[in-house]
Amino acid sequence: MSKLSIRNFNLYYDDFHALKDINMEIGEKEITAFIGPSGCGKSSLLKSLNRMNDLVEGCSINGEVLLDGKNIYDKDVDVNTLRKRIGMVFQKPNPFPMSIYDNIAYGPRTHNINNKARLDEIVEKSLRGAAIWDEVKDDLKKNALRLSGGQQQRICIARALAVEPEILLMDEPTSALDPISTSKIESLVQELKDKYTIIIVTHNMQQATRVSDKTAFFLSGEVIEFNDTDTLFSIPKDKRTEDYITGRFG
Amino acid sequence: MSSLRRIFSFDHIIRSLIKLSALITFGALFFIVGYIFIRGIPHLTLDMFALEYTTENVSMLPAIITTLMLVALTLVIATPIGVFTGFYLVEYAKKGNKFVDLIRITTETLSGIPSIVYGLFGMLFFVYRLGFSYSLLAGTLTAAIMVLPLIIRSTEEALMAVDDSLREASFGLGAGKLRTIFRVVLPVAMPGILSGVILSIGRVVGETAALMYTLGTAAKMTDGLFSSGRTLSLHMFVLSNEGLYVNEAYAVGVVLLLIVLAINGLSTYLSNKLRKGE
Ligand SMILES: Nc1ncnc2c1ncn2[C@@H]1O[C@H](COP(=O)(O)OP(=O)(O)O)[C@@H](O)[C@H]1O
Ligand SMILES: [Mg+2]
Repeated sequence: MSKLSIRNFNLYYDDFHALKDINMEIGEKEITAFIGPSGCGKSSLLKSLNRMNDLVEGCSINGEVLLDGKNIYDKDVDVNTLRKRIGMVFQKPNPFPMSIYDNIAYGPRTHNINNKARLDEIVEKSLRGAAIWDEVKDDLKKNALRLSGGQQQRICIARALAVEPEILLMDEPTSALDPISTSKIESLVQELKDKYTIIIVTHNMQQATRVSDKTAFFLSGEVIEFNDTDTLFSIPKDKRTEDYITGRFG
Repeated sequence: MSSLRRIFSFDHIIRSLIKLSALITFGALFFIVGYIFIRGIPHLTLDMFALEYTTENVSMLPAIITTLMLVALTLVIATPIGVFTGFYLVEYAKKGNKFVDLIRITTETLSGIPSIVYGLFGMLFFVYRLGFSYSLLAGTLTAAIMVLPLIIRSTEEALMAVDDSLREASFGLGAGKLRTIFRVVLPVAMPGILSGVILSIGRVVGETAALMYTLGTAAKMTDGLFSSGRTLSLHMFVLSNEGLYVNEAYAVGVVLLLIVLAINGLSTYLSNKLRKGE
């Protein structure tokens, strides 16, 4: 059974039909990339998977998103528990204006872990997991805003890992970063694959080929093609996918 | 020829005008402060800080204490109401909500009303209708209504300045609304909210028109919510109005000026801190 099943999913911003009848199966511990021109609905779908779209005024949906077979839009689902299970990393690094330690501990504390020793352990494990422990271990009290952009983004990844999610949603996590930070994050994503199911939005096709197992190509709110990354990039079935990946797309 | 052109170039004229207006602004401030200090400091005797007011010493100590009490009580009432309203408007109300529009229009209107109108309202409503007479209570309530829009606006602005991506990050970790507001939004918005509160203090300290017919102008220290008193500003106003104590009025002016300068300095410091996003 897939980890996430998206079934006949539609999303509207007021009258605007932003996602049209999306169907997608996402396997456990796979990395799935969403690609497509900007405005095609990648972020909208991503936000729908942990119900961050609940916060958007005028946004309505129909269809289902099944997490381990259970529809996350059911009435009895607790959004906060859902978001603990499905974490998110945003396009622009957004650490809280507090210490590195407090940033990472924010999630666990939210879910009632207050034991100091336990928190210390989680903080170290998460920072190690996000490949930034060695850079900050002597300075955990430092304000996270004083780190570089690439470090901030890894802090945000560590912060997401600290609540031990099952799925990690990443919305263009490297688009605001320099090439070196980008490659650090890409190799980090590869490592994280052992433990997490990852969905990554990217408008960089090389990135999709480098990191992902499967790729979905979006256009105007529809999934045009969804396949193994290798297949999609070498023998695309749809003419529009081919135009896009060869850069011929208007 | 070329130097003449430089003198008459557009850029040059604008620069000169800007320098001139800066000079006038600074000069005026310097002149007023200097004038009051020169006139006032020689009369700043120990007598003026005597515990009891008499017509000989015209002590300002009762007025200082009344001012402190009025400011404290006003803040106790206006800060929670103003801050909660600001939070409601920004964090809870939905866009296009009629009730929100109503609150916004009300606060905007309230902040544009001359303070004498608050004074008249306070007199008619609190002093006569509710029968509080000239009292600390009537003065406090009037002052609280007067500074409420200020606190609401500064709270709103401080909250709106908090980057939405921080709220998203918090929700994304499974935090609820309350936790997000208290742990993430409030610490960031705090300097802005505080600077609004401090501006309100300045407003109350400097106020006369709204307090004259609500707090009254009794020269003794107020001895309770239902007794009249006078703030420093009122004290200064009354002294200079009576014509007998103009020098002493200047001495009070010195103290008042120092207080207001300190309050403004504090507010600038806090809003700078806000801008740096610390
Ligand atoms: N909050 C919103 N309100 C109205 N329209 C929106 C909103 N967010 C996104 N859209 C629209 O939905 C479409 C898809 O946006 P998005 O999911 O952000 O695309 P992508 O991430 O692929 O660039 C765009 O046309 C965008 O303008
Ligand atoms: Mg996007």
